[in-house]
Amino acid sequence: MEKIYWQSLEKHTEQQISVLNNNKPLPEFSIEGLDESEIKGKSSRRDFLKMLGFSVSAVALVSSCQMPVRKAIPMLNQPEELIPGIANFYASTFFDGTDYCSILVKTRESRPIKIEGNDLSPLTKGGTSARVQASVLNLYDDARLKKPTRQREETNWSTIDEEVIKQLNALNATGKKVVLLTSTIISPSTKGLIGEFTTTFPNVEWIMYDPVSMFAMRKANEMQFGKAVIPDYHFDKAQIIVGFNADYLGNWLMPVAFTKQYSANRKLAGGKKTMSRSYQFESNLSLTGSNADLRYGIKPSDEGLILLNLYNEIARNTGATIYPTADSPIDIMPVAADLLKNKGASLVVSGTNDLNIQLIVNAINNLLANYGTTIDLNRPMYLKQGNDEKMARLVKDMNAGDISGILIHNVNPVYDYFNAKDFISGLYKTSFKVSFADTMDETAALCDLVCPNHNYLESWGDALPVEGYLSIMQPTIQPIFTTRQFEDSLLIWLGQNIDFSTFMEKFWATKMNDNHIEGGNFTQFWNQTKHDGVYQYPVENETQPSFVDQKLTSGSNKKGAGLELVLYEKMSIGTGKYTNNPWLLEMPDPITTSTWDNYLCISPNFAKENNLKLEDVVSINGFFEIPVLVQPGQPDGTAALAVGFGRTSAGKAGTNVGQNAYPLMNSQNNLAGMTGTVIQIEKISGKTYPLALTQTHHDMEGRPIARETTLPEYLKNPFAGNEQHVFDEEHNVSLYSKIQYDGLHWGMSIDLNSCTGCSNCVIACQSENNVPVIGKEQVKNRRIMHWMRIDRYYARSEENPEVYHIPVMCQHCDNAPCENVCPVAATNHSTEGLNQMAYNRCIGTRYCMNNCPYKVRRFNWFEFTNNNKFDFNMNSELGRMVLNPDVIVRQRGVVEKCSLCVQRIQEKKLVAKMEDRELRDGEIRTACQQSCPADAIQFGNLLNKESAVYKQVKEDRMYHLLEQLHTLPSTSYLTRVRNTEA
Amino acid sequence: MYNTRVRGILIKGNKTYSDVSRDVLRPLDAPTPIWWWVTAGLAIIAMAWGSWGFYNTISTGIGAWGLNNNVAWGYAIINFVWWIGIGHAGTAFSIFLLILRQKWRTSINRAAEAMTIFAVMAAGLFPLLHMGRIWDGFFIFPYWNTRGPLWDNFNSPLFWDVVAISTYFMASALFWYMGMIPDFATIRESTASKIKKKIYGAMSFGWIGNAKSWLRFETAALLLGGMAAPLVVSVHSIVSMDFSVSVVPGWHTTIFPPYFVIGAIFSGFGMVLTLMIILRKLYSFKDYVTDGHLDAITRILTFISLIMATAYMTELFTAWYSGSEYELFTFMKNRVTGDYTFAYWTMITCNAIIPQLFWFKAIRKNIAIVFIMSIFINIGMWFERYVIVVTSLSKDFLPATWATYSPTMTEVAAFVGTIGLFVLGVLAFFRWLPTIAISEVKGVLKETTTLKSFTDEN
Repeated sequence: MEKIYWQSLEKHTEQQISVLNNNKPLPEFSIEGLDESEIKGKSSRRDFLKMLGFSVSAVALVSSCQMPVRKAIPMLNQPEELIPGIANFYASTFFDGTDYCSILVKTRESRPIKIEGNDLSPLTKGGTSARVQASVLNLYDDARLKKPTRQREETNWSTIDEEVIKQLNALNATGKKVVLLTSTIISPSTKGLIGEFTTTFPNVEWIMYDPVSMFAMRKANEMQFGKAVIPDYHFDKAQIIVGFNADYLGNWLMPVAFTKQYSANRKLAGGKKTMSRSYQFESNLSLTGSNADLRYGIKPSDEGLILLNLYNEIARNTGATIYPTADSPIDIMPVAADLLKNKGASLVVSGTNDLNIQLIVNAINNLLANYGTTIDLNRPMYLKQGNDEKMARLVKDMNAGDISGILIHNVNPVYDYFNAKDFISGLYKTSFKVSFADTMDETAALCDLVCPNHNYLESWGDALPVEGYLSIMQPTIQPIFTTRQFEDSLLIWLGQNIDFSTFMEKFWATKMNDNHIEGGNFTQFWNQTKHDGVYQYPVENETQPSFVDQKLTSGSNKKGAGLELVLYEKMSIGTGKYTNNPWLLEMPDPITTSTWDNYLCISPNFAKENNLKLEDVVSINGFFEIPVLVQPGQPDGTAALAVGFGRTSAGKAGTNVGQNAYPLMNSQNNLAGMTGTVIQIEKISGKTYPLALTQTHHDMEGRPIARETTLPEYLKNPFAGNEQHVFDEEHNVSLYSKIQYDGLHWGMSIDLNSCTGCSNCVIACQSENNVPVIGKEQVKNRRIMHWMRIDRYYARSEENPEVYHIPVMCQHCDNAPCENVCPVAATNHSTEGLNQMAYNRCIGTRYCMNNCPYKVRRFNWFEFTNNNKFDFNMNSELGRMVLNPDVIVRQRGVVEKCSLCVQRIQEKKLVAKMEDRELRDGEIRTACQQSCPADAIQFGNLLNKESAVYKQVKEDRMYHLLEQLHTLPSTSYLTRVRNTEA
Repeated sequence: MYNTRVRGILIKGNKTYSDVSRDVLRPLDAPTPIWWWVTAGLAIIAMAWGSWGFYNTISTGIGAWGLNNNVAWGYAIINFVWWIGIGHAGTAFSIFLLILRQKWRTSINRAAEAMTIFAVMAAGLFPLLHMGRIWDGFFIFPYWNTRGPLWDNFNSPLFWDVVAISTYFMASALFWYMGMIPDFATIRESTASKIKKKIYGAMSFGWIGNAKSWLRFETAALLLGGMAAPLVVSVHSIVSMDFSVSVVPGWHTTIFPPYFVIGAIFSGFGMVLTLMIILRKLYSFKDYVTDGHLDAITRILTFISLIMATAYMTELFTAWYSGSEYELFTFMKNRVTGDYTFAYWTMITCNAIIPQLFWFKAIRKNIAIVFIMSIFINIGMWFERYVIVVTSLSKDFLPATWATYSPTMTEVAAFVGTIGLFVLGVLAFFRWLPTIAISEVKGVLKETTTLKSFTDEN
């Protein structure tokens, strides 16, 4: 053996190993060492059977795990009209103290699941608003009180009644003053009942209160016309509409009815060549402003000035009194000229709760002879009866200790009164406090007794929004909780042994006999009215009351240092009554596309000067902190903030969302003014607050998406603005033949000239199709689930942009990019042109989402049902009652999208089949179309040449979104036409 | 042989047949080194974190990721394509070079093939994980069923993916394993441990090394190679069709199949380079994986890098030439400039500019620099996939829908986890399998080393 030298022990070991290895013979390959079993293979048939038996039994065991049993108990005696699986519709009325709408309530198995517009209503004509659509969810709100409470402890009605009757009688006997504080009440029978109540208890005074008030308008009309009323307006008869901070398409008085009227006069279908022109002067970018043909951003302090200049200009031409004033900061000559050209067919409105301004507006309308044509003082509108002066007096009296009892119905002044502090201190001095709130809201929490009112879907009632238009409310579900209607409570306390429906019937029986019902049969009239939901009776057509001149001034013209604040109501939650409604909280604002918050809108110039950007936090007057949103179109020197947020006791979704803006109201002359407060803002450096916007890019990048033209251009060339369509029609050629449909090809058409972007369709779709709410964080992550979204683009200047609203949902392409990429064919094309989703087949590769150029497909990122992380309506037994049983609730991991309401299509197809007839055009209406207040959406069979949708598709303004991609959508759009000169 | 002389020495150090076996098998018998345990520990930690990422995704839903309605694919698809690209090295090396009769591949192909297997395994996890309903994932297989029968959509590139990747994985695994059979037999014969003898014995399928076996082995290798060669092209072409079949600007382009295949080979070679430098260092395989080998790979990389640069420029040209405003926006305003410039220019720098340094011999010879550059290549290739997937989706047709994407911890964890899986797989390969194809090296030993050294001595 070789001698080995080593330096260390380690080296020695290593060397030894290598020597060993070296010496070992290395046989390359050998069969030796393999034993017999290896060669033969060991597993026997017996082993195989054993394994098989084990596998089969294991699989059987695992798969036999049961789903939990859920019991559905059939009715013992089934009511005749109730057929499981068939929806019943009941006409009813929505009125929440602010908004009125005539509705149909869709019920399934005796529970309301959807609100639809009532076509028979001469006012709302089948339209609804997002709030009306979402109101059905309030019925199934967990925050609702289950029982009456006494000192915040649940009790029963007999205890409550005993105590209230005792207290009322005692206070009445001693002559102590009691106040019945309610919202605006438009129900004639409730008014009658309250009349009886105040007669029986003469110590009771009835005060109506509106958080967003229009008291100045009533006062102005009283001064100038001797009638303290709000008149009826006819936007459809006006060729020129000039709005001053009046968001009549959004929140002002009766936006649904006004939108119907406004859009009716702006349709260009069938060769119509005229449309109204709308001017909007406003201090924030409102929905109306975004739709106006010409919009001017003004400071609130300039409103009176501009109006008075406008008045003077018109007065100069009509020879009326001219009042001295400073020059208008905006050239009003073209507006004045347009108005003068359209005397008797124009309309000037202002939403500012300021007497001076309302006086000027009336004077202008009077000079323009609009009374009797576009404004009808003989048909008073009964909305907004709140009396600011009485409310202010009440607060004073309460603090003076003059009020011993207060009954609060349908209002929440602790939250929404601008001087809530004094109201609260007054409330503490009032010994007997009763609330009728249906949730433990801020005011109810301070009351001794809470007698929860029914939800309106559980109630009987009537409404008279405008003289001559009666509307009936009827219950569509048995009361869910031990609640009682406000009116029933009053009846019991009056000692009357009837319920309110009987009272109401009797009331109308007396009243209607005077009004000479046709045929004279009250029972028939009553049943028909309950069936229709509405009844119109003639109002004697007297001449309009004569105008009394009042001295006009442009108002205080306050210009302090700082920003002039404009408060506004969001399209979603309004005054704050719906702050606990997750559908509305998650509804993107049509202008800012923000959800779940309020924020201070500041002008782009102000933002630049003060180095502020989106989500920066500022403090307002050191009062509270709020994030800012740089809003194009926000006039310099102003800022806008939405009311309705900052509720401290709203419920699980709405408590502590945003900041309460009501204390910032302009309380000059005790009028609850939305404009004019001057605020100081200070940037909290380094602090940001996330805002959940659904859209962050606002520029169309020059792409032909929302197409538009002007009226003169359109009259010259009907393809104006739509040249791209002509080009694409010529150049889009394909080797493949188009799909041929036999009999049915569903299509939708959206008239961008009618669509105002009000977002009613978004919520209607959500309600119809069980679209989940996902919460602020997920919206911020850009995962909103809405099947229908309204894209909003800005164009031209930052100071005063042109705004475009374009509703986008699945386009149901005949050449759908999503369909051919799905590996499992979960999305495919129906023989009727629908792009369908088979949820059960979807495995969630999300390829279709990527390949959809419209990005309308939605993915269930999480389990949104029964998941505590998404604690909204779908996480509660009660909240899930709103779900539409015709539409599947999607599991986590599947893609979903607009189905063109396939369940509605199937339903009506079956009806037609049963009746052995063809489908009629307009018989099937999708959820978004049915309640559109602007009638912007048409749906129907594209193969039927008589159908409304076919006619719309044949318009020259028709185009498809992204048609150059040759996706061949079944959905089309009509270009928007602005009525401007250029 | 003619090409022997051209290539020069393939195996250095005057190895004999038994030297080869001994050198290659030494790590198998030696005690497990400490670096192995440390790296394996790190890999297991990474996998544990990755498991959390997987668990979190499957238990809460894809919402655990940073995706949104607009950008519906993100890290999972980026990483999937990245791993598949890396997985190209093995096949490219073994099969292309086998068919092209490049003998120098013999000392590298085994490791490259192993890399392929683990990379494809890592890649395969992502399409599974990114499914919204993983429990229904079997729908993607076309099997006779009671649902109609309801078949798959044979038009969908995702279905092609399933077929292409599973075929590729099976072919690669088979090729790799088959190549190891004679080596397993060698280990079986040389090992003293009874257990090892049993295991390797079973794995060698009773290989006895007679002439008939060798004949069949060679034929099978060539046949498999021939069949697998189109797969190298097809698998990444098909992966690229996930993008190019769509309408998304930046995806909808016919250049994608060759562009993706070249990119995949680029990243695969880059990863081979990284691993071989580590391997030859750790196991002192410098005689087998010679500087000449590394030099050859760097030359190939330089060439591929030029193709990549051409592809990038072609993309820009096509975007401009198409006249499509959407394409132009994606390329010019969302890649070259805009929100994603960092990713785009990292891609360009790492893939098109840095490899050009290989033109310099001094750099090619400096193994440390080569090692660093090889890592840059895979960083660049990762960013390429990021640029393709994210920039195109984030800003497509309707500006109202534009959204940005950033990954969440869960996605990062899943990615790191697959790196852990890959590293652990490679470590296991280092530890228990012959890292160099013994039989193949022996096959080229006479033709190159001995002959060459003989001539050298003269």
